[in-house]
Amino acid sequence: MAAFEIARPEIFLLAALCVVLLLDLFLGKESRVITYLATQASLLTTILLVYSSFFNRPDKTVGLDGMYMVDEMAGVLKIAILLISILAFACARKYLRDQDMWRGEFFVLGMSAILGMLIMVSGYHLLVLYLGLELLSLSMYALVAMRRDDAQATEAAIKYFVLGAVASGFLLYGMSMLYGISGSLELNTIREYFTNQPDIATNLPLMFALTFIVAGLAFKLGVVPFHMWLPDVYQGTPTAVTLFLSSAPKIAVFALVIRLMAEALEPAQSAWSQMIILLALLSIGLGNILALAQNNLKRLFAYSAISHMGFMLMGIVMNTHVGHSAAMFYILLYAMMSAGAFAMLILLGRKGYEVSQLEDLKGLSGRHPWFALMFLLLLFSMAGIPPTAGFYAKFAVIEAVVQAKFVWAAVFMVVMSVVGAFYYLRIIKVMYFDKPNDQPPIEADMDIRILVSANGLLMILLGIFPGVLMGICDLALIASRL
Amino acid sequence: MMEWPILSFLIWLPIMGGLGVLIVGDRYGARQAALLLAAIAFLLSLPLYFAYDAAAGTMQFTETFSWIDALGVHVNYDLGVDGVSIALILLNTFMTLLVLTASWDSVKERVDQYMAAFLIMEGLVNGVFMARDALLFYVFFEGMLIPLFLILGVWGGAQRIHATIKYFIYTFAGSVFLLVSLIYLYTQTSNGSFFLPDLYALTNLSENAQMLVFLSFLVAFGVKVPLWPLHTWLPEAYSQAPTGGSVMLAAISVKVGGYAFYRLAMPIVPEASHDWALLVVSLSLVAIVYMSLLALVQTNLKKLVAYSSVAHMGFVTLGFFLVFKLQGLAFVDANTSGSILAVQGAMIQMVSHGFVAGALFLAVGMLFERMQTVEISAYQGITSRMPLFAAFFMLFAMANVGLPGTSGFVGEFFVILASAKAHFWVAFIAATTLILGAAYTLWAVKRVLFGEVNSSEVNKLNDLNRREFAILAVLALAILGLGWWPEPLTRLMEGSIREWMMIVSPSDLMPVVKGSS
Repeated sequence: MAAFEIARPEIFLLAALCVVLLLDLFLGKESRVITYLATQASLLTTILLVYSSFFNRPDKTVGLDGMYMVDEMAGVLKIAILLISILAFACARKYLRDQDMWRGEFFVLGMSAILGMLIMVSGYHLLVLYLGLELLSLSMYALVAMRRDDAQATEAAIKYFVLGAVASGFLLYGMSMLYGISGSLELNTIREYFTNQPDIATNLPLMFALTFIVAGLAFKLGVVPFHMWLPDVYQGTPTAVTLFLSSAPKIAVFALVIRLMAEALEPAQSAWSQMIILLALLSIGLGNILALAQNNLKRLFAYSAISHMGFMLMGIVMNTHVGHSAAMFYILLYAMMSAGAFAMLILLGRKGYEVSQLEDLKGLSGRHPWFALMFLLLLFSMAGIPPTAGFYAKFAVIEAVVQAKFVWAAVFMVVMSVVGAFYYLRIIKVMYFDKPNDQPPIEADMDIRILVSANGLLMILLGIFPGVLMGICDLALIASRL
Repeated sequence: MMEWPILSFLIWLPIMGGLGVLIVGDRYGARQAALLLAAIAFLLSLPLYFAYDAAAGTMQFTETFSWIDALGVHVNYDLGVDGVSIALILLNTFMTLLVLTASWDSVKERVDQYMAAFLIMEGLVNGVFMARDALLFYVFFEGMLIPLFLILGVWGGAQRIHATIKYFIYTFAGSVFLLVSLIYLYTQTSNGSFFLPDLYALTNLSENAQMLVFLSFLVAFGVKVPLWPLHTWLPEAYSQAPTGGSVMLAAISVKVGGYAFYRLAMPIVPEASHDWALLVVSLSLVAIVYMSLLALVQTNLKKLVAYSSVAHMGFVTLGFFLVFKLQGLAFVDANTSGSILAVQGAMIQMVSHGFVAGALFLAVGMLFERMQTVEISAYQGITSRMPLFAAFFMLFAMANVGLPGTSGFVGEFFVILASAKAHFWVAFIAATTLILGAAYTLWAVKRVLFGEVNSSEVNKLNDLNRREFAILAVLALAILGLGWWPEPLTRLMEGSIREWMMIVSPSDLMPVVKGSS
């Protein structure tokens, strides 16, 4: 038994998932709220398990025959994933009821996606990482297709599935080549193998493997030029799923990138960093420019996600402690901002009505000044204007980039964030400067109101005290030897 | 010095108060609460003036706390003021109080949000003037944009949206380069700090790096001031903003740009500032002449005041960068009085311009409230209907021209005097403002105030009410007071400017300067 100790939160979550699945069979539509509460309770318990058993450790602990590993970074990321999922599920409750999709599958599939993410964060073996990723992806394909009778949703699901499968194939192919070269699937051993290789930059098979791995990861992250699926999927997916899809999995993929690139393939850094820098800068540029032309809010946030992922990658690719911490800080904040923005869209929707176009927000500040202010804080944070938290995320990444002597890249990044500011301002303009067409009331329970407000206020609180979260990332990565 | 953190109070009281007003909303007298808060902030800023040891000229009332200490970044919450900051903080708290009073009746929609935006802006601007840490400075400097953006966009005129977004993008685009520069400078410090004195002490910057850093400063602060040709956001923003917004833009926001040159650009990269001084001096001269000419042809009263305001801010940058032209002389004469005069003049011009431009915008706003237009052609002969207003407007116009006895005279005179020491033609071009300024101001006054009343609307105008009278009277007193007796202000700043000179004029530069002068 002791061997499984290391995966206790995941094992608990799996058990809870089965219980919730069975429980839901016996519940009718009216009492389905029990499924919801059981899900939230299991997520909260999982957080406690993560916190109590695998936290505050000075070093990495590897277990299960070198397949599984926990360190401080894993702990922080797991808690972040779980917290954001709780927010996502709380918003989903309102959305699913409003849109007549109140079914238990959402929670069950959601939980298995979370399980996949937790495995991705802790996997220390190529196959385990791949299995985690596939568990996440397969659950997500099903979630995206939840609205079966809607053509757009089906299109999004098929697109997501086909491209996602291709990406997984790429990744798996790259991994198999790594195995072929190094003879091992364990990240530790792979790293040792490449450390002892003399001329790593000219190793042709390795380059081949790296290309496939980078392409696969880029697909999953949605960075240019592998970004095509992202806007369509964001737009076609039910908003509650978009919220979930756009926040927590990004954290998990961040972990995957760190584990693969910065840990296992760290010795080959000179070979992969150029590829990723190119992808990151292209994403920052293209994402911001394409977002300018969007009138659909979900598409707009999709393009903005592309550019944010580019920013985050720039942190990782610097391959310094500061760069990794900055990227981690960035991804955590981004997940919060993205979840907050979609939660806002859900909050403003009501029965049979969804907020999806820019003009749906017209005159929001006249109708609901408080939530308009919260949205304003989120948007300024995404744009990276101080004193909101998003500024410090950009600041930290740019600091890492400048420290690594890529001043020209830093200049490009800030110029593009000026372009980015424009489309966030457009949303604010619609909310604050235009007159409302009608006066629909907000129909939402207290829980989602509080969560959305807390998310907005967090943007300003973390803006005034950015050292708190930055310090957490910093210390976690020091303990994780990154 | 003082036991309790008065500077933090001046930042956080208005911000927290503004948030409080926002949360409480319209129901319980947002106006009264906001006015009370602004009055308290003003009263709190007065002790700064009296308790500051002007002779020493050092940073005083300092506060230091560790703020961010992660990722190798050590940023402190470092506040402190010198004489120059105190003058601008007083200007800020004073003008905010006046603007909130002036907006008593004119703002009818979303009063709580309006009042809150002004209070939050007041706190952030105070922060800009107090920050001793470059990152803290940047946060306040950028944060200011958010309330201004909302003030312009929500309560502005018909074309407000275009103007607002243009303003935001311009300033934001300017300041992102500032951010990269500051981060670059930070990586060059030995102890990884953003503390301004540490940045001043940097000596290992290459010539190229210095130049790029200076240019980024020039763009960031030049947009704010605004320096020609970065000024194109200004006429639109000023003319579309609500009265309170124009006043805050003209009286406070542009001062932040001038102050940033004084606090960041010139002390951090003095060599590059020296090398590029001629450029800035020329741009300032262009602003003075060209903007005056543009003001001459305006048919919109607000735009006229806006252009004249750019022209007057030209004196500020002119005064600052003349220092480098005068240092050469100073080396020869072994006295720095010429450069002190230039900087003093620029600083007095900043304060005076705050009063004069603020007063003019307030006066124009009062006309706008009555007639809903600021086209000059809509007005004629309002003297007969509004004699009190006409008297005040005349006084402000004279101050704008720079008539001796008004505050407008002192600053411009100092700068022109200093520029005469530097170069005859600089002084000559700068002095044309006295003629051009008189031309556009007096012509506008003639068209608005005098002549036959030929519209029925003008005939129905009422003169100032008591509140309006009080506002204009206070400003008139300030303008005349500073004009007749500038000594309290010059004494406040002189010690600090001397201290500043020591940083800006590195001794190893002197021989070079001597050769070039």
